[in-house]
Amino acid sequence: MSDLPKSLADNPRLDRWLRFADGRLHLAVGKIEIGQGITTALAQIAADELDVALGRLEIVAGDTERAPDEGSTSSSLSIEVGGASLRLVCAEARALFLAEAARLLNTAPGDLAVEDGAILRDGVPTGHDYWSLAPRVDLGRDATGAMAPKPRAAHRLIGTSARRLDLPRKLAGTGFIHDMVLPGMVHARVLRQPRPGATLAGVDEAAIARHGARLVRTGDFAAVVADSETWLRAAMAAAAPRWEGCDVPTPAMAEAAWLTTRPADTRQRGAAGPAPAGPAPAGRSHVATYSRPYVSHASLGPSCALALEREGVLEIWSHAQGVYPLRANIAGTLGRDPGSVIVRHAHGAGCYGHNGADDAALDAAVVATLLPGTAVRVLWSRADEFGFAPVGTAMQVRTEAVLDGDGYPADLTTTIWSGVHVNRGPGRLLAARTLPGAPPLPEPVEASDPYPGAGTRNVVPYYDIPATRYVHHLVTSSPIRTSALRGLGAVVNVFALECFLDELAAIGGHDPVAYRLRLLSDPRARRLVERAAAMANWAGRGPAGTGTGLGLAFGRYKNRSGYACVVAEVEAADEIRLRRIWCTADAGLAINPDGVRAQLEGGIIQAASMALKEQVRIDATGTASRSWAEYPILRFSEIPPIEIELMDEPDEPPLGMGECTMGPTAAAIGNAAAHALGLRLRDMPLTRERIIAAAAG
Amino acid sequence: MTLALTVNGMPCTTRAATTTPLLDVLRNEFRLTGARYGCGEGQCGACLVLVDGVPVQSCAREIGSVAGRAVTTVEGLADHRLIAAFIDAQAGQCGYCLSGMVVAAAALLARNPSPDREAIVAALDGQLCRCGAHPRIVRAVELAARGMK
Repeated sequence: MSDLPKSLADNPRLDRWLRFADGRLHLAVGKIEIGQGITTALAQIAADELDVALGRLEIVAGDTERAPDEGSTSSSLSIEVGGASLRLVCAEARALFLAEAARLLNTAPGDLAVEDGAILRDGVPTGHDYWSLAPRVDLGRDATGAMAPKPRAAHRLIGTSARRLDLPRKLAGTGFIHDMVLPGMVHARVLRQPRPGATLAGVDEAAIARHGARLVRTGDFAAVVADSETWLRAAMAAAAPRWEGCDVPTPAMAEAAWLTTRPADTRQRGAAGPAPAGPAPAGRSHVATYSRPYVSHASLGPSCALALEREGVLEIWSHAQGVYPLRANIAGTLGRDPGSVIVRHAHGAGCYGHNGADDAALDAAVVATLLPGTAVRVLWSRADEFGFAPVGTAMQVRTEAVLDGDGYPADLTTTIWSGVHVNRGPGRLLAARTLPGAPPLPEPVEASDPYPGAGTRNVVPYYDIPATRYVHHLVTSSPIRTSALRGLGAVVNVFALECFLDELAAIGGHDPVAYRLRLLSDPRARRLVERAAAMANWAGRGPAGTGTGLGLAFGRYKNRSGYACVVAEVEAADEIRLRRIWCTADAGLAINPDGVRAQLEGGIIQAASMALKEQVRIDATGTASRSWAEYPILRFSEIPPIEIELMDEPDEPPLGMGECTMGPTAAAIGNAAAHALGLRLRDMPLTRERIIAAAAG
Repeated sequence: MTLALTVNGMPCTTRAATTTPLLDVLRNEFRLTGARYGCGEGQCGACLVLVDGVPVQSCAREIGSVAGRAVTTVEGLADHRLIAAFIDAQAGQCGYCLSGMVVAAAALLARNPSPDREAIVAALDGQLCRCGAHPRIVRAVELAARGMK
């Protein structure tokens, strides 16, 4: 059993995943749609393994009552783990149905085939199908994982670009949690505690009432409730909460360098033996420090949740990444039995990690428990979304290399200063600390493992370097709440390493592509780098410092997942502008190649936006950047043509692709900017101010 | 006070206060959820609708100012060739921005049936997308424009 993929090992009963009824295939999965197309890809897997038309599928995704517990939809694991589990479930179900049909027909299962759920013998319908056989086949049994999924050659849907199942309804103006309406629903919004530990000294309840709203309160948790969203907004604007006991952060805390001044929990990993003292005999060594500030998920739709407390059951609708972890968290926070809480997933705007979805769910849950029998809808304001959703932590990374006689790294030490990347779990939801009797905020915890790693994700180079080691300074105090954001530490670690390789290549006068190829032994990686360089006409790359530049970077996410190589062409004068981007990627068997491409494009654009523009600002009140004007992201006019080649490796296992372009894109832009300017910018975002500062030396 | 307007070709009335955002009336009173709340500050375009054919951020437009006018939401564009083009291009990831994109593109195609890439980008530049679906959205508008010729 132990070699089953985690989702299946955790939920072995086949009927937890699928059943046949009413001529439909009812599928239940724990991995949820966040815009990445996972529901469509999982549907392809199930329909293909079972030989059922895609149109017959009814899918429940993310529901603590009706779907398996697959933890969180994160870390690019939904295909690798969720998809692999579903494939085995469907292969086993298919085998059980065929065995039963064979018994009834007095033949061998191998003589039977399935076509859209109908059982055929020698191409002729047998009169049996999944639905007629369903009463005879007991799926209330544990998977063995013994049935091999279909061989590649038998796939009909896997490997094709099936269209997204959810796009039509979203283009018709529906399909989001924001659009849900429950009978008698009221609208609520929490008066946000501006800083941890602040206490609510007063609220203008009369003003709230004048706007047709009312206040509900327990401890320092206070929410305004109204029958109308319009009244609620007006009442919130008039509520004038007075908070006491706020600490006062400063703008300097928004910079990654601030982390290096903080006490840290420090762990060292790597090659045995001490780091070499001082430079190598030849004196050839190099040190450089890179950074990224705090960055926002900046979901386009603010966080939303609905909740209803009724007859001892608290039912919650949320767009969180994991319904079971959220249920455990809310039940724990409210001190109730998880069995009395149901969490159902509903689609939200893209989240790119742990945004405010879970916090909004607790907001709605608390208000619902204060107003039993009344359905409560919470929709955060834009300012609250920017101001209170967890952000991706700032990081600073110092790389030091000792070079061998040929100018290649013989020894590499990476030192990371980072806040916490994964900050989920009990007591950590935003409103928890305002509830009466709330325990102190738990200390953040984070491992320093190389795999899967969080702050240390991808810190180990995917290159052949004889000795490497790393030091991880985990800074547990932070001016703003941080948690998982697309790519976690891999974005900065890959940015640092890939920019550093270009710097090392330059020291020895090597071409950056040839330099990488000398250090890369994985043939799949080499192929990507060679092909990306060819696509971008790397051979025609001009000298540095001309105002236009070409830069390349490679990474394999978590060193085990999706491969990506990105080349960026930029124009650099007073600011960096993207001219073109090329990308090669290897997804192993791509379940849905167009879906993979969409993920690659999206990752490239988000990383480019991060590399060029994004920084959460901090002032005395906390997060200062609370609107799109204060937190600009890339716009249409700033996005260059992007050319992608997906390498076909259909006999290799499918790899998660949602995050693999992030680090390589940021680094390719960094390298292209350095080539264009003839000087190196090492701190994201690569803004006009940073160019001026670097030019001034 | 009752205020009359046309929404997607249908005469409608509302008793909402004249200062109520058009977006609230569309979503909560008329149950047309296509126009989406993204920022409430006219900065993201998720709530874009047409008022007498002109693209307008409905979160920042008071209902009183559209009395007697014709409002079109994405629901009113269900038969527009843009919808099929967005599907054909698989233009969208989470989809939250798409209503605004379709509305902005419809306004563009109405005044310029054969826009070049530059014109499409200019027409969409006020519309934010966080998933990075931009290249596909531009392609979808190009597909729709080609189909209109």
